[in-house]
Amino acid sequence: MGKKQQTWELRLYVAGKTPKSLTALQNLKKYCETHLQGQYKIEVIDLLVHPQLAEGDQIFAIPTLVRKVPEPIRKIIGDLSNEEKVLVGLNIRPVKQLRVE
Amino acid sequence: MPRLLAKSRTGINGLDEITVGGIPQGRTTLICGGPGCGKTLFSMEFLVRGAIEFGEPGVFIAFEEKTDELATNVASLGFNLEKLQKEKKLRLDHVHMERSEIEETGEYDLNGLFIRLEHAINSIGAKRVVLDTVENLFASLTNEGILRAELRRLFHWLKEKKVTAIITGEQGEGNLTRHGLEEYVSDCVILLDHRVINQVSTRRLRIIKYRGSVHGTNEYPFLIDENGITVLPVTSLKLDREVSLERISTGMPSLDEMFGGKGYYRGSSILISGTAGTGKTSIAACFVNETCKRRERAVFFAFEESPAQIVRNMKSIGLNLAHHVKRGLLQFHSARPALYGLEMHLSTIYKIVKMVKPTTVVLDPITNLASVGLNVEVGSMLLRLIDHLQGEGITVLVTALMKTLDEQMDEGMSSLVDTWISIKDIEANGERNKMLYVMKSRGMKHSNQVREFMISNDGLKLVEIYLGPGGILVGSEREEQKLQKLTGKDLQDQQQRGLMARRRQENAMPKNQN
Repeated sequence: MGKKQQTWELRLYVAGKTPKSLTALQNLKKYCETHLQGQYKIEVIDLLVHPQLAEGDQIFAIPTLVRKVPEPIRKIIGDLSNEEKVLVGLNIRPVKQLRVE
Repeated sequence: MPRLLAKSRTGINGLDEITVGGIPQGRTTLICGGPGCGKTLFSMEFLVRGAIEFGEPGVFIAFEEKTDELATNVASLGFNLEKLQKEKKLRLDHVHMERSEIEETGEYDLNGLFIRLEHAINSIGAKRVVLDTVENLFASLTNEGILRAELRRLFHWLKEKKVTAIITGEQGEGNLTRHGLEEYVSDCVILLDHRVINQVSTRRLRIIKYRGSVHGTNEYPFLIDENGITVLPVTSLKLDREVSLERISTGMPSLDEMFGGKGYYRGSSILISGTAGTGKTSIAACFVNETCKRRERAVFFAFEESPAQIVRNMKSIGLNLAHHVKRGLLQFHSARPALYGLEMHLSTIYKIVKMVKPTTVVLDPITNLASVGLNVEVGSMLLRLIDHLQGEGITVLVTALMKTLDEQMDEGMSSLVDTWISIKDIEANGERNKMLYVMKSRGMKHSNQVREFMISNDGLKLVEIYLGPGGILVGSEREEQKLQKLTGKDLQDQQQRGLMARRRQENAMPKNQN
């Protein structure tokens, strides 16, 4: 990957600690640890606490994962249970073939 | 006594009349229709009127247009959304959804939308909510199962929030809405329609369903113009207006004479029918002139000539209408009938009348309107118009152009008008003369005689026709007869004088001879 180290800024919008939100967060952490070790930031925003933030990122579904950086902004809604879709959605190149195990 | 359904007034002209008080309060109303039928404007007017007139702040959630676009679009209706937003009477939120930017994986719900909506409602204490168009969700999200469940939850939630809501939906084939929104909304459904008949577009509104309330079931025409939306209830005609006993001059002493010397009733409707060039406009102008002389306001709707043309033409018969225009007593409004649809004409007239508050209104000629609509529609429009004007105590004078001499006036007018004056041409002996008679005049004594109607530099005049042994004599024949009568008398006089003179001479002669 060379010197061009990039930090991935990810934002996860949730509404309270619902099972769906928890699953999403767990999934996200797992994928990031696997593929973006040391180059990511996850910010969890609870809309029940900050409802005014929903408008800015055009959130209508919960949970929603927003990739702020690198641009362009991308969104994935749902509990992120499908790893492949999440990686494609975030445009992350897997570190190694996943099915090697 | 059981509690009646509470209603929320929309403030939209005419709609509250049809719905007998507005849309159901604290419930959701569905407005559906094809593209361009005015759904967004309708719902926006509901919010704006609510905010301005009824002190109910509103939230507009736009799924289609951006908020600034929306503000620009409705600015043409005189709505200042920015000001309302600043005053915290209105809140716009654009829910932007782009399929290409969104990936779906696994379970989700629309709590984000709920939270945004709730935040918007709470921030201004909204009582009214519009979702325009919720169906856009279907275009951006693939999981229909989740969507449907969430929509159902949304409508329940709106009810719990006790806000009066309008949701809009695009009309689908065979269905009211493309995605069957009507299943979720069971209280009130309004269908808007935009159709073109004879190249003239008409917008119509129909209340398909209104649970727990009586409502008008017809299709009602409606208009969108610079004052917003106006729904025109066609059948709210009642025959219960007050009548006036006051009589007002027709502007022609000789015509007044035909009505017992007093003229028309104030607030009555007068029809002047005749073939082309019989002086209908002149009689109308005379009446307008008389109205303005009494320092009352009059409005002249011309569908044939321009104001300048009428002023010029009437000057030739000694009526100075320009003077009244200058003093602000007289207003002209000219429009080609084909310029817009009947409803638009009707509403324009309503609006001008509301603004000017005249005591006399002239429509010249109404028959031209027949070119823009079907006969039935023209008839019903005129009925509504005349009824409306008379309800306001305005004297209405309409002229009607007859194409042939024997044509029956059949826009349903004959039964509607109180006074009907008919003018006919009589062509004989190389000249054309006009005959005027009163076909009917309700509630007053009127002459049964046919008069000759003359237009000269000094104005309009009715002349008694000569009923001689040779029948009716008009025009130059009548003049001749008159002249003959006069000359005959002169001749007689002269003869007499001659005779007398001769006698005197004869008497004197002998003396001289002597």
